[in-house]
Amino acid sequence: MAVSETLAAAQPAATPPQPSPGRRRRGRNAAYWLYLLPGAVLFILVIGAPLVGTLYLSLTKWSGIGDPRWVGLDNYQQLLHDDVFWASFRNTVWMLVAMVVVPTLLGLLLAAVLFDVIGRRFKPRTAAALRAAFYLPQVLPVVVAGIVWGWILRPDGAFNSLLDAVGLGALRHDWLGDPDTALPAVMAVMIWVQIGYPVVVFMAALQRVDPELYEAAEVDGANWVHRFRAITLPQIRPETFVVALTCTIAALKVFGPIFALTRGGPENATNVPSYFAYYTFFKKLQVGYGSAISTVLTLIIVVVAVVFIWMQARSERRDRGI
Amino acid sequence: MVVTLTPSSAPVAPPKPVRDRHHRGVSRWVVLALVVLGALIMLVPFAFMLLNAFKSPSDYSSAGPLSWPTEFYTKGLRTYWTEVNFPLKLWNSALIAGSVAVLGVAVSLLNAYALGIGRVRGRLWIVGLFLLANMLPQEALIYPLYYVAKQVGLYNTQLSVIIIFTVIQSAFGTYLLASVMGTFPRSLLEAAALDGAGKWTVLWRVVFPNLRPTLAVLLIFFFIWTWNEFLIPLVMLIDNQTQTIPVALASLQGDRLMDAPTTNAGALISLVPAILFFLIFQRTLARGITAGAEK
Repeated sequence: MAVSETLAAAQPAATPPQPSPGRRRRGRNAAYWLYLLPGAVLFILVIGAPLVGTLYLSLTKWSGIGDPRWVGLDNYQQLLHDDVFWASFRNTVWMLVAMVVVPTLLGLLLAAVLFDVIGRRFKPRTAAALRAAFYLPQVLPVVVAGIVWGWILRPDGAFNSLLDAVGLGALRHDWLGDPDTALPAVMAVMIWVQIGYPVVVFMAALQRVDPELYEAAEVDGANWVHRFRAITLPQIRPETFVVALTCTIAALKVFGPIFALTRGGPENATNVPSYFAYYTFFKKLQVGYGSAISTVLTLIIVVVAVVFIWMQARSERRDRGI
Repeated sequence: MVVTLTPSSAPVAPPKPVRDRHHRGVSRWVVLALVVLGALIMLVPFAFMLLNAFKSPSDYSSAGPLSWPTEFYTKGLRTYWTEVNFPLKLWNSALIAGSVAVLGVAVSLLNAYALGIGRVRGRLWIVGLFLLANMLPQEALIYPLYYVAKQVGLYNTQLSVIIIFTVIQSAFGTYLLASVMGTFPRSLLEAAALDGAGKWTVLWRVVFPNLRPTLAVLLIFFFIWTWNEFLIPLVMLIDNQTQTIPVALASLQGDRLMDAPTTNAGALISLVPAILFFLIFQRTLARGITAGAEK
């Protein structure tokens, strides 16, 4: 779409436009297409063409060798009846809880407490140090986090030893190896990984808020909960949208931690669409089927992103209306 | 709601806060204690990692993960360092992340110049397209990329990963820079144009110097994101000679060679560069985030 537009518009830029003022303006703008050219070419090669390729492959049966065989919508039909596929999407809902709902709510609360209580009642350095502690897991490669947690939650790992040490040895468990506890354990790890991101973004947002708002509210006798609802929440709504959107997309795409922690197991208890697609591509060598999984996931992400951005635009318009 | 609060209350300042502070004298310490407890829980896994990275395997198996190491054991660290050929992995990661950061910023800058300053027709759709490209699941691209890379001989080369991430990161960079450049002061551009500066000169002499702080932040983000990427390097880099740190660590996992202390030593070494990089550049990042918030 943008491809033909880019190429077509890049053409007239080469011939110098004649000076009638309106035309000159358009001609000048057209010359800017040249700057878009390298980016557009790379974009088509690395994103556009492979995306179309995956869409095409999702309508074929192919093992990666020889020629793909056209099967129409068979792969999608098969997906509808595939328990693993449905299980992976059920798990995604839980990942949304662990990576979006809990971190955003906890992050709001923590950022407000760090900013409004600790930052103002204690030294700012205290708040900054605490913020850094919550942010630290965000710095390390998520696979490293997965491997450390994988060890902590092992039968002979640190968590079970900790339970022993505090006299709860009866609860010892193979946390990631038992289908009943694997998903909650992965969710706990993801909350730990994600929490720092909203805290840091919300605290940066709060720095923008006029401190007089808080002081005035306090003088008026508004307690902390009132201030949180009347000032903090509305003031950082734009950031809340951004955090919720980026976390939602991260949760829909989550791969690295699942690979490092459980590889989707045990018995698909922690499988997610992303890992399911990878496994179908490279372990089962069913490229067509894997492409169908990827295509469905892509569609869901695009729809979610568009709905989010539309909601954000609507809420901004409403704010300006007031 | 907010608006009504401010003006009515601003003049009456002195008496109430005293009562208020008195009111919260104890509870603020309770709040502090709770938040500190939460922060400590966040740090516990790091403490476990440190504690067990310097333990011998026999010490670990006899005394368990919680005990203090009986000796300062560094063989786990050294085993990991040599078995994995860590310096090479470090170089691969740095080469890939560094190249992507520089190239990604360059491509974003050119794209955003056309979209944000040039205001070419259909720019909103193009920016939207770039933004969506950044949100796509990488699974939707990986098989065709893998197949084509094999056909053209780029499979298992760092170059393949560099090209792919340059595009993926610059999709985000284009979106961000285009909105920043959308608010670029027109008067500066017009003044330069009156002086006879062409578009290329304006880009490098006027726009680039003004955007340097934002570009620095973008550079750091691209570096860290690429450093931490997993799926595409996992698929593209199968060889010990080309792998990045996260891929090398993950492929060792489950290997018999990796006893618990070595796992922890490996994780520890692997996160040191990321933490160092973060510490060095966190001031730049904080400045950039604030600059972004003001926009």
